Amino acid sequence: MGVQIEVDQLTMRYGDVTAVDGISFTVAPGEFFGLLGPNGAGKTTTLETIEGLRSPTSGRVSVAGRDPARREPDLQRRIGVQLQSSAFFERLTAVEQLQTFGAIYGVPAARLDELLEQVGLTEKATAQVEDLSGGQKQRLSIACALVHDPDVVFLDEPTAALDPQARRNLWDVLRGINDSGRTVVLTTHYMEEAEELCDRVAIVDHGRLLELDTPGALIRKLDAATRIGLAAEAIALEDARGLPGAESVRLDGSGLVIQTREPATVLAELGRREALEGLSVSKGTLEDVFLDLTGREYRA
Amino acid sequence: MSTETEPETGTSTAAPDRSGSSTGAGDARAARPLKALTLAMFKGFVRDRMTLFWAIAFPLMFLVLFGGIFTDQGQSRPADVIVVGDVSVIDDAPTQAREAIDRAIAITREDDLDAALAKVRDGDATAVVTEEGGEVTVRYSAADAVAGAQIQGVMQAIVQQANTAVYQQATGEPPAFTFTASQVEDESLQAIQYVTPSLLGWAVAMSATFGAAANLVMWRKSGLLRRLRLAPVRTSSVVLARVGVSLVIALVQAVIFIGLGVGAFGLQLSGWWPLVVPLLLAGTLAFLSIGMLAGAVSKTEEGAIGLANFIVLPMAFLSGSFFPLDGAPAWLRAVSNALPLKHLNQGMLDVMVREQGPSAIVLPIVILLGFAAVFATISARLFRWEA
Ligand SMILES: Nc1ncnc2c1ncn2[C@@H]1O[C@H](COP(=O)(O)OP(=O)(O)OP(=O)(O)O)[C@@H](O)[C@H]1O
Ligand SMILES: [Mg+2]
Repeated sequence: MGVQIEVDQLTMRYGDVTAVDGISFTVAPGEFFGLLGPNGAGKTTTLETIEGLRSPTSGRVSVAGRDPARREPDLQRRIGVQLQSSAFFERLTAVEQLQTFGAIYGVPAARLDELLEQVGLTEKATAQVEDLSGGQKQRLSIACALVHDPDVVFLDEPTAALDPQARRNLWDVLRGINDSGRTVVLTTHYMEEAEELCDRVAIVDHGRLLELDTPGALIRKLDAATRIGLAAEAIALEDARGLPGAESVRLDGSGLVIQTREPATVLAELGRREALEGLSVSKGTLEDVFLDLTGREYRA
Repeated sequence: MSTETEPETGTSTAAPDRSGSSTGAGDARAARPLKALTLAMFKGFVRDRMTLFWAIAFPLMFLVLFGGIFTDQGQSRPADVIVVGDVSVIDDAPTQAREAIDRAIAITREDDLDAALAKVRDGDATAVVTEEGGEVTVRYSAADAVAGAQIQGVMQAIVQQANTAVYQQATGEPPAFTFTASQVEDESLQAIQYVTPSLLGWAVAMSATFGAAANLVMWRKSGLLRRLRLAPVRTSSVVLARVGVSLVIALVQAVIFIGLGVGAFGLQLSGWWPLVVPLLLAGTLAFLSIGMLAGAVSKTEEGAIGLANFIVLPMAFLSGSFFPLDGAPAWLRAVSNALPLKHLNQGMLDVMVREQGPSAIVLPIVILLGFAAVFATISARLFRWEA
């Protein structure tokens, strides 16, 4: 059921802009795969080339062993896509959008209610698409991608406009799809989302693949310091600097932040001094990995 | 529409069908997307009040306007005229002349001149007529100069006739001129006979062109065309869906136009009128492909609509949709012959009101299909999936 995806030395140029620059990776059948990168990194371009919407300048892409750019209906029926900007039939209701996409893909209109419920749009079933909110449109767009029960799903920033509830509900939906053996490829700017969902993530920037591994492995590789946060009055700045194992200490608006690679030592010492007011501890996250790899500068 | 090769759907190598998906043959699969797309397009059309207005109400306004102008004149009641005091040219007219007068004007009596004039000023009557020592005076309101001029003409005729009668009595010779009031119904019938087929041709051309142009640009701009490109739907299905919707719209326009023409304006159809159906089909195809071209070269919907207007409106004038070109200079009629709408109008007139049979639609249909083929080819060349 799951579909294997191979990307080999993929390069895409628009005039003198190189949007994708020799990217190679393989997505295994049934894998949950994430594409991360700053704005303009080339995620959408990569994804749309895999979907068959663009033909690569050079390099090769295959989905289930076939060339997606040929847009063979048999392959298209196995692929579900949610494009970065949603597109609907004008003045059709939510349920009519699903019916229409369903009919185009040749599936009966049986599961539509269930699908609408999954994306939380049951109440909006008969609302015309022009009357939906941004997040509701995005959820409908995802439902349209799933209407024909595809073997592989491509989602371009599916949770970009969603509220926290909708985002977590969608995570459940996507996990469910993936658990049944389907391949899922998504792009996102939410690192905790990638950490939560993805088996492996690819981090791209300037069209190049920077890292490709499981989120856990990437975080370990970064060997990021643990951040210990305290209330400003918990311990004097000078005393904190003198703590064994403390690498750096700074005072900011939210309090005191101690960076350390020996959190056990620092915490034990803080405990001994009963200076644990407002304690928070955070380990390195995928976001640290991301910022470490792609820098802190704005992207064009 | 697309210049790329479209792989066939439903080829025999398909992977085993998964649960719930269709087990239908290739043909059934091809038919379903077409039906769904047609339905979606049609719903989008009828739910938009503006497009409905432009396709149905706007051309109908013209029909009512043209049909109404001529028909109303013929059927209008005689104008109300107030006679104050004795007016001998009316009072003493012989019976025959009096009947003619009564057909032309409806006379009421009033004793007070000021009261009568007030009624005219208020629009309750058209004119006041008085006679003072053999001089007949007609007073009417400048607010309705047309009706006033009519009354003036009628009264002039009445006075003329009275003079003639006096002359006749004096000389014993028969009158050289007599006054009769006649209705203009025959002329108005001719007008509606001409206007219905030609306005219908324009209406169909307009909505086919606008529909295709706006639809194409809208779907491209919204990204729906890209999305559909990833779905197992053939480009030809998208085009055919548009053809289907435009055909339905054309037929609805025909039903409303002919119904209103016959029902309200006394349009008399020739026996061959059902031949408008194949004509409308060919006309729709021709103007759809013109609309596709407008849609292919335009970036915005406003641009596409503007371009469609720029093409169709002058063409309507030059094709005699609003008035006949019989009196137009030869070069204008030559230009007119190069326009598809001219041939659509011609065919419609021939089969709807000129009692011509199937042979009359052959040439128009061939010409319209020729236009369709040429413009469809050009628009396929210029077609873009993405904005
Ligand atoms: N059709 C196009 N024509 C020209 N340049 C393009 C086109 N599409 C993308 N680009 C350029 O290619 C680069 C990569 O764009 P892409 O949309 O793939 O980025 P992305 O990683 O998806 O960004 P985002 O996170 O903002 O969605 C950008 O510099 C963009 O300007
Ligand atoms: Mg993108």
